Amino acid sequence: MSFNFDLVWSSLPLIIQGLGMTLKLLFLSSLIGLFLALFILLLRISGRWYLMWPAMAYIYVFRGTPLLVQIFVIYHGLPQFDFIRESIFWPVLREPFGCAVLALSLNAGAYVSEIMRGGIIGVDKGVKEAAMALGLPRWQQFIYVTSPIAIRLALPAYSNEVVSMLKATALASTITMMEMTGVARTLVARTFAPYEIFISAALIYLALTYALQQVFAWIESHASRYVKKER
Amino acid sequence: MSEPVIMMKNVSKRFGSFTALSNINLTVNRGERLVVCGPSGSGKSTMIRCINRLEEHDAGTIIVNGHELTGNDRRIDAVRREVGMVFQSFNLFPHLTVLKNLMLAPRLVRGTDKASAEAAAMALLERVRIPEQAHKYPAQLSGGQQQRVAIARALCMNPKVMLFDEPTSALDPEMISEVLDVMVDLAREGMTMICVTHEMGFARSVADKIMFMDSGEIVESAPPDEFFGAPKSERTKMFLKQILAH
Ligand SMILES: Nc1ncnc2c1ncn2[C@@H]1O[C@H](COP(=O)(O)OP(=O)(O)OP(=O)(O)O)[C@@H](O)[C@H]1O
Ligand SMILES: [Mg+2]
Repeated sequence: MSFNFDLVWSSLPLIIQGLGMTLKLLFLSSLIGLFLALFILLLRISGRWYLMWPAMAYIYVFRGTPLLVQIFVIYHGLPQFDFIRESIFWPVLREPFGCAVLALSLNAGAYVSEIMRGGIIGVDKGVKEAAMALGLPRWQQFIYVTSPIAIRLALPAYSNEVVSMLKATALASTITMMEMTGVARTLVARTFAPYEIFISAALIYLALTYALQQVFAWIESHASRYVKKER
Repeated sequence: MSEPVIMMKNVSKRFGSFTALSNINLTVNRGERLVVCGPSGSGKSTMIRCINRLEEHDAGTIIVNGHELTGNDRRIDAVRREVGMVFQSFNLFPHLTVLKNLMLAPRLVRGTDKASAEAAAMALLERVRIPEQAHKYPAQLSGGQQQRVAIARALCMNPKVMLFDEPTSALDPEMISEVLDVMVDLAREGMTMICVTHEMGFARSVADKIMFMDSGEIVESAPPDEFFGAPKSERTKMFLKQILAH
């Protein structure tokens, strides 16, 4: 059996049918993940143990277990509890889409909050003291001085995280989601040509990654416009 | 009648088991200019940073503009707004233009409207002689320019007293005088100042009093003529010999 380049080419439009779902998973979970991350971050840096402790436990659990396991636990495990089936979240959690978005968001929340914390730690102590010395209250120091600087510092790591999330959306195919990898898997089942089909899928992921990197490169250069060149 | 702006009574400060300040007593009256010098690690920065509570003292009393420094955050913020501080490393806000660096605090904590904050900021940039840099970012300025912006930023809050912590030690030699000139102007205008510096020429011409610190203590405090002409303590003599040698 030889490698069939035409099949790589002709599978592209089929696999692209899953693109919408891939992007939907990525967009929704990075957005929800971002808000979650901000919330966890605020708990984490509150300086109060009863807020910090749950945040650290959350981060530990979601960074310390495979995303695939989290997806399975949410998809197969949660419906076993009556209180979940009776809750207002059931319409969302009943669907694999809801489960996939939930798992990806929770995961992103943990990673992104640590990325944000890294940015905050990187802000120069002297600059924070200057804000303090001017008599800005703590929350104004955080919003007007620390955050804008921290965001710039955290951007490279954050753009990495979004690229990772793009690839992580492929795991949603394990719970029947028809995103690009899911589509590719059904094509393989039909054609028995795994090489060509998965290479075709890989090409689309590469193109998406390239586009994401371009977008973030632009954002980073915009956010760094106040930093002298070649620092 | 002399009116004290800053009073420290028996102030002590420890970092763990290390005593950084012990029994500091100090009064600075309105319009007075105090220069503080001393070897590295003698507690000069710690002393000056206690005045606006960037460091918290462990014992004794500090009164700034009639307010005693206690644990009350709002009170501390109110005191800080009356006390300008200039750091060795400039510490400008890197993400804001020069003009916005100056406008941030008046806008946020004084609620000044944009037009008057901007007018006041421009006037101060004129005063430190760099109005043409208003729309640049700090990273685009030289060290001397950045430090002058930092002085202007502190002045924007109309402080009753200015604290300087080695404002020229991070500068290349050719930029030191442009910063000292601005500080001399301020002194002439009657600003109350505490200045940690080893610029003895500046101290001689501007200071009302020079204070020498060592190992967290005030060793000697005297008017410039007396300080340079007839230092009492051996430690002061040693220090002066070292510092005037180069
Ligand atoms: N946050 C801190 N934790 C522990 N020790 C500290 C801290 N800050 C200062 N110290 C110590 O306190 C002593 C006094 O420090 P300080 O910075 O006040 O000295 P200084 O006179 O300003 O010296 P320099 O001329 O080097 O700036 C030093 O021995 C320093 O190591
Ligand atoms: Mg110092």
